[in-house]
Amino acid sequence: MADKVLMKGNEAIAEAAIQAGCRHYFGYPITPQTEIAAYMAKRMPKIGGTFLQAESEIAAINMVYGVSAAGKRVMTSSSSPGISLKSEGLSYLAGADLPALVVNCQRGGPGLGGIQPSQSDYFQATRGGGHGDYHMIVLAPSSVQEMAQLTIKGFELADEYRMTSMILADGTIGQMMEPVSFDFEIKEQIEKPWATTGTKMARKHNIVNSLYLNPEQLEVTNIERYKRYDIIKEKEAIAEEYLVDDADIIVAAFGIAARVSKNAVNQARAEGIKVGLIRPITLWPFPEKAFRKAAEHAKQIICVELSMGQMIEDVRLSTECKVPVSLCYRVGGMIPTPDQVYQAIVEAAKKGEK
Amino acid sequence: MLVFDRPKALCDVPLHYCPGCTHGIVHRLVAETIDELGIEGKTVGIAPVGCSVMAYDYFNCDMIEASHGRAPAVATGVKRSDPDNLIVFTYQGDGDLASIGTAETVHAAARNENITIIFINNAIYGMTGGQMAPTSLPGQVTQTSPYGRDPKLCGYPVKVCEMLSELEGPEYLERVTVNSVKNVRNAKRAIKKAFQNQIDGKGFSLVEVISSCPTNWGMTPQEALKWIDDKMIPYYPLGVYKDRSAGIFAHSQEASK
Amino acid sequence: MTKEYLFAGFGGQGLLFSGKVLAYKGLIEEKNVSWLPSYGPEMRGGTANCSVIVSDDPVGAPIVLTPDVLVAMNLPSLDKYEKAVRKGGYIFVDSSLIERKVQRDDVNVYYVPATRLASENGAPTLANMILMGKLLSVLDSYTEETVDAALKKCISARHADMLELNRKMMEIGKNYNE
Repeated sequence: MADKVLMKGNEAIAEAAIQAGCRHYFGYPITPQTEIAAYMAKRMPKIGGTFLQAESEIAAINMVYGVSAAGKRVMTSSSSPGISLKSEGLSYLAGADLPALVVNCQRGGPGLGGIQPSQSDYFQATRGGGHGDYHMIVLAPSSVQEMAQLTIKGFELADEYRMTSMILADGTIGQMMEPVSFDFEIKEQIEKPWATTGTKMARKHNIVNSLYLNPEQLEVTNIERYKRYDIIKEKEAIAEEYLVDDADIIVAAFGIAARVSKNAVNQARAEGIKVGLIRPITLWPFPEKAFRKAAEHAKQIICVELSMGQMIEDVRLSTECKVPVSLCYRVGGMIPTPDQVYQAIVEAAKKGEK
Repeated sequence: MLVFDRPKALCDVPLHYCPGCTHGIVHRLVAETIDELGIEGKTVGIAPVGCSVMAYDYFNCDMIEASHGRAPAVATGVKRSDPDNLIVFTYQGDGDLASIGTAETVHAAARNENITIIFINNAIYGMTGGQMAPTSLPGQVTQTSPYGRDPKLCGYPVKVCEMLSELEGPEYLERVTVNSVKNVRNAKRAIKKAFQNQIDGKGFSLVEVISSCPTNWGMTPQEALKWIDDKMIPYYPLGVYKDRSAGIFAHSQEASK
Repeated sequence: MTKEYLFAGFGGQGLLFSGKVLAYKGLIEEKNVSWLPSYGPEMRGGTANCSVIVSDDPVGAPIVLTPDVLVAMNLPSLDKYEKAVRKGGYIFVDSSLIERKVQRDDVNVYYVPATRLASENGAPTLANMILMGKLLSVLDSYTEETVDAALKKCISARHADMLELNRKMMEIGKNYNE
């Protein structure tokens, strides 16, 4: 335990960001992610960094745009309604190929919704959120340790691929405390020759821009961007597979839903039901291969979500609907209980016997 | 012997502005300022959405294109990424700065963000073809106020310098125009001061330039310059609205001393 | 082995703090732990609760629905969670704030007038730690060393004077017998 500390998930994100070399944070208060801002407000002034409480989420994401254009690691965080406001900026970041880290500690929606945990921004996150053809790398931590780990990974991927990484967390993971170790190997930051750092009269001026009035040119930039996305899909998809090899039933869940599901899987295994869990850690790129492989032997898939069923569409797409996929869910800030998931597994097992 | 040359900070490309538009003059004044202060290598400019959206192609320094109205927020990010070395300016029109981006403008000013803002007020949306701007005058006919701007229906124009001067934050606010040689020279002085203030670490400096839009005002360039004198300046008086270092404050702040 | 704790009462009674001390104690003893608060506008004055899980195995769902141990510091909390406690589990009741008795006979119940004792001993805001002392002594896990280490983790150096007071309140709880 030597180097482990108890920390809230939100605080772990903030500390990991600092360790990853992020010295600029811009945000606007919103429950349940405000601990990130509070942590940054405390720490940044002591390490020569910038913490700024912006006048709005819109301003915050545009400050992120500015720092990113200037070549520095930068982040913002918010919760669902605030992410909707930031979506304009997310689209511009994508259009200008700028790296950034954005945290969405999700709460129930739509509208003002509630403040309790939710996963109902899955579509918004994995499909881009703002206007235009684009993606973000979407990382879904399910523990405080992963909040830290994926934050660092998020910065690295963002820089490497020049795009936004989003940490798609939820109120539970953000608010809960668990032991976390910061024993990470942090890669050296890569050069950003495209950044607007001042020409120093030594090079042609750099332009950070998302405007292409010439349609042929805009088409080419979109196609080039999607070639990069193809590489990411090939290289960066990750999932945790738990007792999947011999499973007849697969439970698919991410984040807090995966933790609940694991309890249920263990309970069902103890009863002799052959059930396993696939937990996508990257939601975009979606770990299609893990599902495709499991669909070769599994007879049913149960998707457990804190939404009306969003990830279920990706599960169906990646298994090409070869296996029936059912939904086990709670919404509005409610969380499925392990027993609810267990019952769903038992029911599926009964169906399988017929 | 060359007596009139292109400033080095201006790219050698044709500008896309309409004939008689005053954007070209203001671009030149900004570029001359950058040259004279020797700051091109450390300057980052932020272009808006509006007629000057492609200003990133016209200035030789590093340039960023911001989303509509957010230039002061983007500038805040850039400046804070390297406050000791970078000089950051935004170049924004009235729709961008005084309508969709009002919050970003007001709060950058309130924070006394150490940036320079060049604000082009021509009382109309030029790029989209002549719609009513937040600064369109009462009675002004535009595409979206075809019977003249009626304050009862759509409110009164926003007077940016007056509004911001009530804030404690900003360092320097001045309104100028470019409709005569004398006024152009005066505008140059103000723009240079707004950049010098940033170099000296004094903070938020905004120069509002009353400009013309012959195309969308439906006038010849000469008529448009005269319209500035006749209609615009009476509503938007020229002058210094705040200069903290020189001891010039808005009335309320003066009264509180 | 896994033990699930639920601390419930009014916001401001120090329930989240109690949970944190327990979680840190678990961490120091090299267990897997999780701590999950209720959050939102009810944090001050409304109902608040905190789930703590201490386990030899990795912790799954962090929400405690069927606690092995319930600490109830107001009546609505006892009303709400009494039935949820696992058979053979433990309920610790602040009997200076809750007049009624626990209805079940398949759980172990301890009544501690924690709020009164805290006031009498000059620390009216530390009733939570009196209950904590009792809880740890009953569950046979009150080792001075780890309790001390856990307290030190939860009380910042700035409030070092509070350390001794917390320790004292826990002692009072530990030694209290009905």
